[in-house]
Amino acid sequence: MKDALIDAVTPAVGSADIDRTQIDRTINAVWRMESARVIAGLTRIVRDVGIAEELAQDALVAALEQWPASGIPQNPGAWLMAAAKHRAIDLLRRNTRVEQKHEELARELEEQQQRSFADFASALAAAADGDIEDDLLRLVFISCHPVLSPESRVALTLRLLGGLTTPEIARAFLTPESTIAQRIVRAKRTLAEAHVPFEVPTGLDRAARLSSVLEVIYLIFNEGYSATAGEDWLRPALCEDALRLGRILAGLAPQEPEVHGLVGLMEIQASRSAARLGPSGEPILLLDQDRSRWDQLLIGRGLAALGCAEQLNSKKNAGPGPYTLQAAIAACHARARTGEETDWQRIASLYATLAERQPSPIVELNRAVALAMAFGPAVGLELVDKIAAEPSLANYHRLPSVRAELLFRLGRLDEAYPEFERAASLARNARERELLLNRARSCTSVVATGPAPQ
Amino acid sequence: MRFVVLRKSEKWMESGAPPDPQLVAAMQRYDDEMREAGVLVAVERLQPSSNATRLHISGGKSRTVDGPFTESNELIAGVNILDVASKEEAIAWMKRCPTCQGDDVEAQFEIRAVLEP
Repeated sequence: MKDALIDAVTPAVGSADIDRTQIDRTINAVWRMESARVIAGLTRIVRDVGIAEELAQDALVAALEQWPASGIPQNPGAWLMAAAKHRAIDLLRRNTRVEQKHEELARELEEQQQRSFADFASALAAAADGDIEDDLLRLVFISCHPVLSPESRVALTLRLLGGLTTPEIARAFLTPESTIAQRIVRAKRTLAEAHVPFEVPTGLDRAARLSSVLEVIYLIFNEGYSATAGEDWLRPALCEDALRLGRILAGLAPQEPEVHGLVGLMEIQASRSAARLGPSGEPILLLDQDRSRWDQLLIGRGLAALGCAEQLNSKKNAGPGPYTLQAAIAACHARARTGEETDWQRIASLYATLAERQPSPIVELNRAVALAMAFGPAVGLELVDKIAAEPSLANYHRLPSVRAELLFRLGRLDEAYPEFERAASLARNARERELLLNRARSCTSVVATGPAPQ
Repeated sequence: MRFVVLRKSEKWMESGAPPDPQLVAAMQRYDDEMREAGVLVAVERLQPSSNATRLHISGGKSRTVDGPFTESNELIAGVNILDVASKEEAIAWMKRCPTCQGDDVEAQFEIRAVLEP
């Protein structure tokens, strides 16, 4: 009776197929939850992240074969780890040029396998608990190693730590699957050839290495944030993947203020997701957004993460790092119930500090906008004119558009008009161009009817 | 994707008896695991209905009714908000709850996708 009903609704799919999809989704979910730990633990044993991942994948294949019949095990992580270790032993045995070290390692693992499966699994779980966090952190650092290109670090991190499959990564980054697959293969080879150690960096190296990790996570977030409505759902989901990775890292390295700073920044940026796109998918500027659509839950979490970063900094008597500063700026906006309530002076001062830490013309441009909002357009224009000749801003539409806006507010419409036109010519899409051309038109129409409002 | 998980109340939760400290510790670890995996947005466990109040609003009029409420299978004992990639992941996490383990334990969860604006 039940089967007939299913056939009536979806004639081409039998109930067995529906169950198969359900179990595949469940196994996929379990993989996302467990794979990073399995790979991390294996890397410590086999000392090669590429081999570790292959072994973990073999375990996944075994799970896909066995679990539909046997059911999902009570402790899926331990099952996967045991299956992978079993294959690790086979691999070491099969290696004909086996070194003494490998022989010993294989014997050690085999001795563990002598105990019954259940004992092994629980012993694994118990023993691994203390060390697995350290292994996860090591895995984070190795996936984001500077010897790899940024795209490679991103792909490897999403694969090893995010639990995403190669097709998922490819779809998320609008890149062919074969490109991503190659990227990951080459990345593993590079790490092996460079003999990158499986360890958590300390001392002077740590800050730079951590910065590399944060950069990867933020890159993933921004890729997701840049996705427009109607695109493959895996793209905006990258924001959630990045947030999850950031939160995981905050749990693994809770004493690092910049980690909490980055999480705070991402939570607050993500809070605007519902408000930042219009009905036809067009981007809405921050000051024009309907703030009632800002996710207060995420804002709360973002402010808490920022608070954590600031507390850690004050304990160490250290100044805020770049992510913490950007989070603080985002927090100023998040705290303002309306655009008018924005604390622009604070934002301007935060940008000034950011400019000292990480000087960049874009930071200066943002600072100019904040200064204009806080102290009037003339002050902002002074700074914009200073950076107007910056080569890196030559094709950036925001430079002329900001300059034009400030000139408009100062009533210098004849100067504003060509700047709006120039900005429109540099605009990245039709919607932006239209907006800027409208602004240009408003210069001429106001000239015809009277002076501009201040 | 966000999911709200509602835990249905069982009779033993309504008794208001102090929970076993080992169980409390296990729950703490479980919450931490979810936090460290980056999936726990919020969790609240609710006091028994003896401390609860119902607010009925009808035709512009309102009235309150204080607990305890007897139909314990309709009561909510706890709320989780999870941020995961799929409903299957939410299910997998809830299955791990320490208070759901064992042959003589009954537990019911309702897993609801959050309405995205």
